[in-house]
Amino acid sequence: MGRKNQTIGLLLLVIVALLAPFFIRDEYFIHLLINAGLFYILFAGLNLLVGYLGKLTLGHTAFLGIGAYAAALLNLKLQAPFVVSLAGSVVISFVLAFLFGLIVLRLRGPYFVIVSLCFAEMLAIVATNWVSLTNGPMGLPGVEPPKFSIPDLFEFYLDTKVRFYYLMIALVIIVTYITHRLVHSVIGRASISLRENENLAESVGVSAFRYGMIVFTVASVFAGVAGCFYAHYVSYLNPEIFGFSYMITMLVMLVTGGKGTIAGPFYGCILFTVLPEALRVAKDYRDPVFGITLIIVAIFLPQGIAGLFGRLWARFKGREVA
Amino acid sequence: MTAEILQQIVNGLIIGATYGLMAVGLTMIFGMMDIINFAHGELYMLGGVFAYYSVSLFSLNYFESMALSVVLVMVVGLIFDQLVLRKLRDEPTLITILVTIGLSIFLQSTVMLFWGPSPQGIPSPFTTKTIQIGAIFLTPFKVFMAAVTVAVIFGLHLMIQKTTLGKTMRAVFQEKEAAAIVGININRVYAINFALGSGLAALAGSLLGSLFVVYPNMGLIAVVKAFLIVIMGGMGNFLGAIFGGLLLGVVESMAAGFISSSYKDLFGLLIVMILLVVRPYGLFGKKI
Repeated sequence: MGRKNQTIGLLLLVIVALLAPFFIRDEYFIHLLINAGLFYILFAGLNLLVGYLGKLTLGHTAFLGIGAYAAALLNLKLQAPFVVSLAGSVVISFVLAFLFGLIVLRLRGPYFVIVSLCFAEMLAIVATNWVSLTNGPMGLPGVEPPKFSIPDLFEFYLDTKVRFYYLMIALVIIVTYITHRLVHSVIGRASISLRENENLAESVGVSAFRYGMIVFTVASVFAGVAGCFYAHYVSYLNPEIFGFSYMITMLVMLVTGGKGTIAGPFYGCILFTVLPEALRVAKDYRDPVFGITLIIVAIFLPQGIAGLFGRLWARFKGREVA
Repeated sequence: MTAEILQQIVNGLIIGATYGLMAVGLTMIFGMMDIINFAHGELYMLGGVFAYYSVSLFSLNYFESMALSVVLVMVVGLIFDQLVLRKLRDEPTLITILVTIGLSIFLQSTVMLFWGPSPQGIPSPFTTKTIQIGAIFLTPFKVFMAAVTVAVIFGLHLMIQKTTLGKTMRAVFQEKEAAAIVGININRVYAINFALGSGLAALAGSLLGSLFVVYPNMGLIAVVKAFLIVIMGGMGNFLGAIFGGLLLGVVESMAAGFISSSYKDLFGLLIVMILLVVRPYGLFGKKI
């Protein structure tokens, strides 16, 4: 696909997304789109880590939860406005990602995978048992919808689904822009070289620790921001947000969408919202189907749907030229 | 006080030995096949589930059902290895991790369909009356558990050191290309290895499932613990896995007894974190 085509395609997509609420009055559909947006932000970070840097994390939900709890606690305990709780989520997920990164980014391969999972489990245990702060398994209800205000001058509540949807679109555009710039910068190229051959990359001076840290903190802050939006949107939060089942679903969808491609997370989040609806018919069999899907995709389509589309496109173009 | 500490240590050692069984299975699969088997927790869960059904549905006695469940899980492991993992022998670890995660979701949710979410205990023929040895109190079942784990670990050790199969396994473990050159059927050794590892998980599952309860989600925390142990002991290190299992068992038991039982799982995780700051390749691990 040419660069020009790509830009036109993206612009069309943005226009369609902006106009969607005018044509579809169904609240539930807007809700699904907002969910898709949230997952897109999560996937974008996960994709940087798993797809580009080649570090399989099973602790991405840790930062989703950290962001969500930070925002919810700031909002509930200190009555902080949305801008402050968002900033709080960003700062706290950044600081924790940095500290945790100091430990795990020195680990390779399987050690990294497992310790990242342990980190999420640790936070889940703390969130469940530190009842005085987090209200334990009962969770935190009543997080306010986002509000932008300057006292006595201006007040704007994002309390309807459609308003929140537009906030989501803005965020999705920002995240896509950052990801795009990152992937096409020296950081992206360094990451890919580390993924392909860490020893070789290090031997020519690409620091695995340094680039790992940059990608890891960016991915974690994305997850933290997604958590903040989640808390303000759903307005209720409990320790299940750290759960391994979320992580697994995220991974299934990212791999199916196509890891290591810019479009992968996009397909992933569309799947994430469409597939559970489609599989609702097969209600009880949904999770077994998920499991089998993951096995089949991992074996036969390692680049996921994005890779499949890429191959089909290449074949189509080849025929056109001939 | 000393008696109480001793009691907690013994309790911890007995539970830790079963953790060790599971971790040995995991470390065998990793060490030889370079596979991080995320479905290990589900194989452990299946061990408990099959044992429960053999007792309640087929009304086998406790020992028969335990043996049957171990054999059945070994068959499950064998089928998975030959059907799926065999195609992925030269693929990077990332692919095999995803595939075993897929198996783990599949097994867990399928068992959930039959079993339902409620936990069940496996009825065992042992009395709950405690026996006193010195200052320590034990139930007969815990003595049985300790005896089984020690016997199995010792038997496994003998098999690996003394039999021809053990020798071929060690050869493949050390250098698979060279082993293939001298005519060892690598695929067969891999399959046996995976089945053995699965069997160890199943044995741990049926033992701990009788001490505690069996439920479809029990695999997750178990696999996390097994991984912690394997990390502590160094990946692929047999002795390290046993030692790590005992250590984690004692730490948990002490933490539950003297600090707080709701935070007991946190301590194992914390210890591993701290350990990895000091030694990024585990206690006995080599640099990879």
